[in-house]
Amino acid sequence: MATHEVTFPITDEREILKLRAGDEVTVQGHIIGIRDRTQIRIFDQGVEPPMDLRGAFLLHTAPGVRKLEDGRYEKVCIGTTTSARMVRFTEPLGAQYGVRAICGKGGFPDDAIEPMRKLGMVYFAIVGGAAALETTQIEEIEEVAWEELMPECLWKFRVKDFGPLTVGIDAHGNSLYHDVQSAAQEKLKELYARL
Amino acid sequence: MSAVATDLQHAVEDAAAHLYVWALSDIPQDLRDALAEAQKRETSIPGQRVLSTIMKNVEIADDEHNLVCQDTGIAVYTCRVGEHFPLHPTRIYEALKHGTERATVEHPLRSNAVHTITRENTGPNTGYRLPIVHWEFIADWDGLDVKCVPKGSGSENMSFLKMCVPADGVKGIKQFVLESIVGAGGKPCPPGIVGVGIGGSADYAMYLAKEAIARPVGTRNPDPIVAQLEDELYGLLNETGIGPMGLGGDVTVLQCHIEHADTHMTLNPVAVNYQCWAARRASAHISADGDIDFDREF
Repeated sequence: MATHEVTFPITDEREILKLRAGDEVTVQGHIIGIRDRTQIRIFDQGVEPPMDLRGAFLLHTAPGVRKLEDGRYEKVCIGTTTSARMVRFTEPLGAQYGVRAICGKGGFPDDAIEPMRKLGMVYFAIVGGAAALETTQIEEIEEVAWEELMPECLWKFRVKDFGPLTVGIDAHGNSLYHDVQSAAQEKLKELYARL
Repeated sequence: MSAVATDLQHAVEDAAAHLYVWALSDIPQDLRDALAEAQKRETSIPGQRVLSTIMKNVEIADDEHNLVCQDTGIAVYTCRVGEHFPLHPTRIYEALKHGTERATVEHPLRSNAVHTITRENTGPNTGYRLPIVHWEFIADWDGLDVKCVPKGSGSENMSFLKMCVPADGVKGIKQFVLESIVGAGGKPCPPGIVGVGIGGSADYAMYLAKEAIARPVGTRNPDPIVAQLEDELYGLLNETGIGPMGLGGDVTVLQCHIEHADTHMTLNPVAVNYQCWAARRASAHISADGDIDFDREF
């Protein structure tokens, strides 16, 4: 299991292809916060997102923030939410907007494996609940769009040493979640026999 | 209302406001010990990565006085009210609600509460029937215990109920708990506390499962038959290989707690309520004079 440092947004797709399920990754650059209502607005209500998502790293989040007098937002506590609820947006995010990485907690079901392989995308697993640490790795909230969806807006964060992340699903058709689940289902049969 | 009751209501409100933030930022010692123990036991590489990140996160929350997790949850309180406590539960509820609102605005905390159909935010973590309060009434006592358990949605979404039949027996209960936790995978932020409610009725089984997750980590049900089932399920769940954050490993759960109630001869309900590794919990005792003791655990 290798370790990598990747800067987003990426311009060279080889950056994504070199990542393998189980690898450890630290991220630099800019990442975009997105959540259920943000994606419902883009795909179910057909509203174009007012941010460029090409080569982007999306984080499943709804941050805790404080609004300053000049209209900017200051971080309070920023963490990550469960990804599985949002799996159906994976393919259109990659195909229509060029998103290359989605980061969240708890993993994506197997539906995400094929679109990620076809479109050259990865899923990064973060440690859910580790928001105190995550907040220190977000240097600044640079942009906020769709404030009326607070806290499920589109957020642009500048990050430093964001991680450690684990590649949960890579762009080669491998998913740690699939492997763990298959092994656990086999194990269950053995455990049931012992009851 | 008399001046005494007003003062007491303020005391309960102050306690609630403090408990909510305290629970979110400073996790209890029994949980810290369970996490440290898990870190020692885990052998998988992604699992070790997750557990060392968790330990680092808890330390940073301490050092920076920040919240452990951004999900400030749904505010759930358990109240044990003495029969001679001089404030009626309607006023206790009002005080808990105001305390939750104050904590949310003053800290500030993320407001998670929404109308269940329109999905519009209803304000500072309160709304229609929010916060949620579990009540217990104690005879021959004049005190009040309040426990705040802010429950995140990642783990609450992993709640399961099955109306097993008597012929399914205890084996049916065990199978359902195992299949629920394997099916939940990494979503509820394992390794956490599996709360199981058995017996009673459908609604009461889930209520009991929630009570179970709010117990100090590793405590055992006073009924030895139930305590034995807790031990057995705890062992079995950790053989599933789901591991920290569902990335595979030895530690899938920190504990399994069970609460039970007697039931109808044709019922065998089993409810599972998961509590994430950030199993936040804080308690206070309020005396009839309005003195607050934040060290009391129940």
